Amino acid sequence: MTNPYLPYEATIIERIQESPNLFTLRLCFTDPKLQSDYCFEPGQFNMLYLYGVGEIPISIVSDPKDEHIIDHTIRAVGRVTNAMSNLKPGARIGIRGPYGRGWPILEAEQRDVVVVTGGLGCAPVVSVINYMSHRRERFGKLNIVQGVKHSNDFIWRDRYDHWRELPDTKVLLAADDGEPIWPWHVGRVTDLFDQLEFNKDHVIVMLCGPEGMMRVVIKHMLEQGVAAKDIWLSMERNMQCAVGHCGHCQFGAKFICKDGPVFCYEDVKSLLGQRGF
Amino acid sequence: MTNKNSKVEFLPRSHFQELIEHLQQAGYTCVGPQVHEHAIHYAELAHADFLPQGMSEEQSPGQYRLHEAGHDRYFAWANGPQALKPLLFTPREALWQSSNNCEDNASLCFKELIPEQRPLAVIGARACDLAALYIHDKHFLQHGYRDPYYLARRKNMLLIAVNCTHPADTCFCASTGDGPRATYGYDLLLNELDDGFIIESHSEKGVAIQTQLNLQAAEASQLEQANDAVEQAAARQTRGLPAQNLSQPLLDNLHHPHWEEVAQRCLSCGNCTAVCPTCFCHSELDEPVLDGSHSVHYRQWDSCFCQKHSYIHGMTIRDTAGLRYRQWMTHKLGSWHEQFGRSGCVGCGRCITWCPVGIDITEEAKVICSGDQHD
Amino acid sequence: MATDKNIKPKVAVHKFSSCDGCQLAFLNMGENLLTLSTLVDITHFAEAGPVDEDTPVEIAFIEGSLASPDDLERIKHIRSNSRFVVSIGACATSGGVQALRNMANTKDWIAAVYASPEYIHSLDCSTPISDHIKVDLELWGCPVSSWQMLQAVRSLLFGAKPEVLNDKVCQECKRQQHVCVLVAKGEPCMGPVTRTGCGAICPAMGRACYSCYGPAEMVNPESLNQRFLGLGLLSSEASRRFLFINSGAPEFHKQGLKCKPASSDDGNLDG
Repeated sequence: MTNPYLPYEATIIERIQESPNLFTLRLCFTDPKLQSDYCFEPGQFNMLYLYGVGEIPISIVSDPKDEHIIDHTIRAVGRVTNAMSNLKPGARIGIRGPYGRGWPILEAEQRDVVVVTGGLGCAPVVSVINYMSHRRERFGKLNIVQGVKHSNDFIWRDRYDHWRELPDTKVLLAADDGEPIWPWHVGRVTDLFDQLEFNKDHVIVMLCGPEGMMRVVIKHMLEQGVAAKDIWLSMERNMQCAVGHCGHCQFGAKFICKDGPVFCYEDVKSLLGQRGF
Repeated sequence: MTNKNSKVEFLPRSHFQELIEHLQQAGYTCVGPQVHEHAIHYAELAHADFLPQGMSEEQSPGQYRLHEAGHDRYFAWANGPQALKPLLFTPREALWQSSNNCEDNASLCFKELIPEQRPLAVIGARACDLAALYIHDKHFLQHGYRDPYYLARRKNMLLIAVNCTHPADTCFCASTGDGPRATYGYDLLLNELDDGFIIESHSEKGVAIQTQLNLQAAEASQLEQANDAVEQAAARQTRGLPAQNLSQPLLDNLHHPHWEEVAQRCLSCGNCTAVCPTCFCHSELDEPVLDGSHSVHYRQWDSCFCQKHSYIHGMTIRDTAGLRYRQWMTHKLGSWHEQFGRSGCVGCGRCITWCPVGIDITEEAKVICSGDQHD
Repeated sequence: MATDKNIKPKVAVHKFSSCDGCQLAFLNMGENLLTLSTLVDITHFAEAGPVDEDTPVEIAFIEGSLASPDDLERIKHIRSNSRFVVSIGACATSGGVQALRNMANTKDWIAAVYASPEYIHSLDCSTPISDHIKVDLELWGCPVSSWQMLQAVRSLLFGAKPEVLNDKVCQECKRQQHVCVLVAKGEPCMGPVTRTGCGAICPAMGRACYSCYGPAEMVNPESLNQRFLGLGLLSSEASRRFLFINSGAPEFHKQGLKCKPASSDDGNLDG
């Protein structure tokens, strides 16, 4: 029996500074067999362990078909992530996973897709956007909407530029506060929604970001006639064990780590936005 | 409920030590109730003389007092603060160790620290604790990932239940359907009478022990006496929870003013979650040695009444005592049903007795679920 | 504070108004003190020998409260010389037992105690370090625990901010499987409002916690005070549970004053 709590050693292949407090660690299991056996779905996460400091849950942003590396984009905000941001290529780290349920990729096939992200919460969806962009023919119209507080928070411009070139794909960007040369919308993401192109009866909506923003988008989508079962969102809570045992991430009856982090709106709507849950 | 090979027999109290000796000979370390720090406490039991013979106790919200009751019984008391939970889901345990002084100094080595598997025979488990054990078995072993630490202890545990004849004022297992009679989850079952015990088995392991004992046939009058005592124990309970799934009534009353009223009294100390036999929350932490050569990764009991329980980069989801109490109760009595197919409360009453300010879950649930906004 | 392995980070241990007990927590570390000396370079630690308040350091541990006009200048100097400031012990984190005088008239008692009061230069109040400078980490306790200080140093050496313990003593007490002394014996235990980190040593000995580690997060002193009255404590006795080693901690100060009788036994705060 494998021990679900035990990490395995991985090596940092590359470290990319994405923005002042956002960095990507490109990892590879030291044991080649572990690396070749490793597979995940976009939206799932790993527990990363910094020696002597602790573990944190981080979503996987690389493509599942990439056999050689596992990418994690991390925001340096807490005790572990701040210390982790000092690691350099060649350093070792502990990793266990993948955990949780990812995005409904199979359900999304042949349908239009709307991906809306806000704040710095785009990392959990980058993997699924990449996934769809590499298999573009399997999906209908693709809409990618990203909102940020300040235009400086917007990272991965080249990726967005690349996605914009894909057939039948719309990329819409909004910043609450834009620098003078910000070429995109200044205001809320919802201001852009009349530009979206999708069939409301044949769409999957994927959301990631602050819960307040996700609720606003959900309200809008429901008003547009999108069914609750077609709206999916990635949620975040304190996660320590990642296997549904430690109890921190409970959201009503759901364990975010095990039953999520990606949920169908239908399954979480009763408590979403309820303070204290 | 009884194993097909089992007989219902009588064990005189003067022969109780033989049961302990047979268990020890079969390789078990016995654990049983003893008086410790002014309460009934489960610990390694070397001899029947250490059982709390003649002891009884009084419990009320926020108060527990043990006293000599002047009888000969071993089990004439209601549960103390703990029973089975700490034996299986230990308060603090090392999960694994990492070190960076392997051959090559840059690398990280991980070593799991699975506990040594020592067969334990627990004497005196009550129905409420067996019900809680059933929930923990599901949580740690059956819902997706299996916990190897819990499993190592669990698979070597023999359980000798005792039907409860002395419920405390804070007990309400009859209302939750979990007691006072033990109906599942044990290997051997005892009913205590004035001069001894009715004994029966519920598993092959139990039969194997029972057949070695020098027992007398149980008489019909003895069985009747035992049965009456348990029935009276149920009838004596005055507290209760509604025997229904409270998920909806609780969800309908998330903004009931009574949450705030409880928060005025609640200390957010987490004593309720520590003594609750079904609470399973735990945190993980790393403890490196000073020279940095290795670090041990622990887990330890945590509580939804602690700030860090709901902390997420820069934000505490439950930043008031009212929200923490609401999380605890809506989980225990509400969302638990969806997770485990039953309530998370087994009616042991510990959270009432051991709350330093005597907050009573049965009373608070009644007010909140009634929906009546005027306390 | 990830550092080159060959350059040892510099550490200073400073003392202000205090009994030196927290510095002893360093000296009592035994073998760990030797290990520590291989990991860091202790530049200033008057009680142990080295005296050099001027060399800039990575970590400054500060014991004691600020109680004299000179202290106020010295603490600013230390802040500007230190990258990470850790205040250790009740004096440095809440003003200490000497903060009891904050509730009395300083002039009067100086005159009552000293033959030549003109030589005494005390501020009216004994205050914690964080009232005057930015403190990066507070380790509470009277005295602070060696274990906590070592964990803090180790964490900083790993480049991580030390973990702050803010749960109640009850959490640690129950993890150690002690029976609650308040519930089982009616002892006026301060555990439910007190910060963990001590290892629940008083309840482990069957006695009530007297809150030498100060307030935990989200405390409810009013409710605990009510419980103490219910156990038969007089209002003045209950108030002394709060106005003791950490009387300067705002949560305790407020509660203690609320139930402290206005006149009779003022100044008789002997806990």
